[in-house]
Amino acid sequence: MKISMFHLMPHRELPDDFEKKYHSVWVDPPFHELATPERVGDYYNWTLDELKHAADLGFDGICVNEHHQNAYGFMPGPNVMGGALARATRGQDVALVQMGATLPTTNPPIRIAEEYAMLDCITGGRLVAGMPLGTAMDANVGYGITPIEQRERYYEAHDLILKAWQSREPFAFNGKYTQLPMVNLWPRPIQEPHPPVWVPGMGSLSTWEFAAKNEHCYCFLSYFGHARGKAVMDTFWEFLDERGAELNPYRAGFLQLVAVSETDAQAEKDYEKHIKYFFEKSLHIAPEFTPPGHQDYRSLENALKRRISPQDAVRRQTEDWTYKDYVENQFVISGGPATVRDQLEELIKSLRVGNLMLLLQIGSMPHELTMKNIEITARDVLPYVRDHWDDEWENRWWPKKLRGKRELPAGDAVAVAGGS
Amino acid sequence: MPAAVSERETRVWQGKVQSRALVAGDGPPLVFFHGATGLVWDPFLDRLAESFTVYAPEHPGTSPGLPDAIKPIDNLWDLVLSYYEVLDELGLESPAVVGHSFGGMVAAEVAASNPARVSQLVLIDPVGLWIDETPVKNWMITSPQALGPLLWADPEGPAAQLMAAPPADEETAIQAALRTTWSLACTGKFVWPIPDKGLKKRLHRIKAPTLLVWGEQDGLVPPVYAGLFSEALADAHVEMIAGAGHIPQAEQLDRTTEVVTAFLNERAGTV
Repeated sequence: MKISMFHLMPHRELPDDFEKKYHSVWVDPPFHELATPERVGDYYNWTLDELKHAADLGFDGICVNEHHQNAYGFMPGPNVMGGALARATRGQDVALVQMGATLPTTNPPIRIAEEYAMLDCITGGRLVAGMPLGTAMDANVGYGITPIEQRERYYEAHDLILKAWQSREPFAFNGKYTQLPMVNLWPRPIQEPHPPVWVPGMGSLSTWEFAAKNEHCYCFLSYFGHARGKAVMDTFWEFLDERGAELNPYRAGFLQLVAVSETDAQAEKDYEKHIKYFFEKSLHIAPEFTPPGHQDYRSLENALKRRISPQDAVRRQTEDWTYKDYVENQFVISGGPATVRDQLEELIKSLRVGNLMLLLQIGSMPHELTMKNIEITARDVLPYVRDHWDDEWENRWWPKKLRGKRELPAGDAVAVAGGS
Repeated sequence: MPAAVSERETRVWQGKVQSRALVAGDGPPLVFFHGATGLVWDPFLDRLAESFTVYAPEHPGTSPGLPDAIKPIDNLWDLVLSYYEVLDELGLESPAVVGHSFGGMVAAEVAASNPARVSQLVLIDPVGLWIDETPVKNWMITSPQALGPLLWADPEGPAAQLMAAPPADEETAIQAALRTTWSLACTGKFVWPIPDKGLKKRLHRIKAPTLLVWGEQDGLVPPVYAGLFSEALADAHVEMIAGAGHIPQAEQLDRTTEVVTAFLNERAGTV
């Protein structure tokens, strides 16, 4: 089992009436009404400190991602954060999981090949190369990518990056979206033939086909918990089985919101308002910012026939939900250590996932409380759930030098753990 | 009286782009290019079919059952060239061309790239130009609630109500939503994220006498654009339609039909 901490770097102090007063958390929230650059500086530094704390306390990996023009999670440059974390974790046995730089919006896409290679060099080969397609809000609206071309751009950028990492000779690249006369990447990544590639997705068949064809790890990024995620992951494993692929749990990842405290009662007290904030404010996304064409025809047809409109449906369902509703419906795994351990066990087995990303800073959760969540998770949860799968399967989707079990730091000597 | 509408299949672009054209009427040929949400044979086309043989080709990918036809058409240049092949297939050397909204931009591009292929041009609330101070609203990221007042002079009026009316049954509703959404996706390929792809540099090439028809209360492409088009065109005339928004042929059918047919009859054979 490989368990990482995932961070969105959200706005943590949106006003109480945010979702009523403002149209959307993404694309058009007015920065100057809602934030100051100085305060945002605090958020970035807290985020880096929190991820570093997770690295120090024995998490297997730390994850950042890329999003634009929003108060939901705003790391427009994931490799800026990754660069700081690469340096801060020098000598530690922790993976840098970039989930990641968005392919269709990075031009030319060899920029990603270069920056990931830099991160792999700085970390001594500890990079996991996430390759997201990008949300409609980011790619189409924020960055102007033509919706119907987004996926094709993604495939082309992927092929270019993989070739740039591996080709021994300079080559010309004659793509539909990128033409380069001579590609000769400096530097090259340490990991051979290339860093492990993770493909985040929301359950679309096109993404499964792509991940399977290229032998990449597929990561289902859902905020709606493993009970809902199970239907998707079951179909994913059936899909792989039909193709005769090895059903190695490490070829799948899953994101889960986790909020753990001393006891179940204390967890409710600590986390209720932050969980509600996340679902009510951080996910307050205007549906029209997903323009026609972002979904391909088959997925659109499927969604219309099954009447799926995930955001709307969930929003309607969760209106007026309390802590108990989020926990009982397993959107969030929260409670005392024993409760959280049991539910994570169940998740790991029922979804058959080898790579777990835990979102431990949720919505408005302040820095101190986040540090506490990280500490209790590292101390009272991780040791009990991290041994799954290792005796049966090899994690080929993890940096080679980190595939063994990570030693947890002893006792309370957390602050200096793993330093070089 | 509604015209008897027949379907014609066209296959162009090395056989890779299959599409459908609806055809009806009697008289000189007239090509109609539909807007971004897909072709609907409406009363306006019925009226035109009383005086003309109307050919209404569907933009690539928007024909029912042919969603992949958009794939081989990479950009606006491909689209324009493929339309000359469509005209060839339909046996039309130099027809009158009428275009609405997105179809107006296509009509103007076809008339500008090869002026000999278009005898007369009618642009109804076309997109294709851009003014920073009065931008064209991006209809692909506007909610249905916000779109109403942009599209209609009277969002509660009969034309708006007719278009907003829910389809008869669920299957029809799904098919309608699929078709509209995919039409927006396909046409969006040529105008995302801003519908200014250089037409302003090409408008002067148009030789066809041109009528600009504009709804006085068009909130999507404000009437100030009528002036911009007419300044750039060698031979242009503007008709503003009172009591109409972005779709004057739906909201003011009689008046719109009247000015369009009058122009086409009067200026027939001038090229």
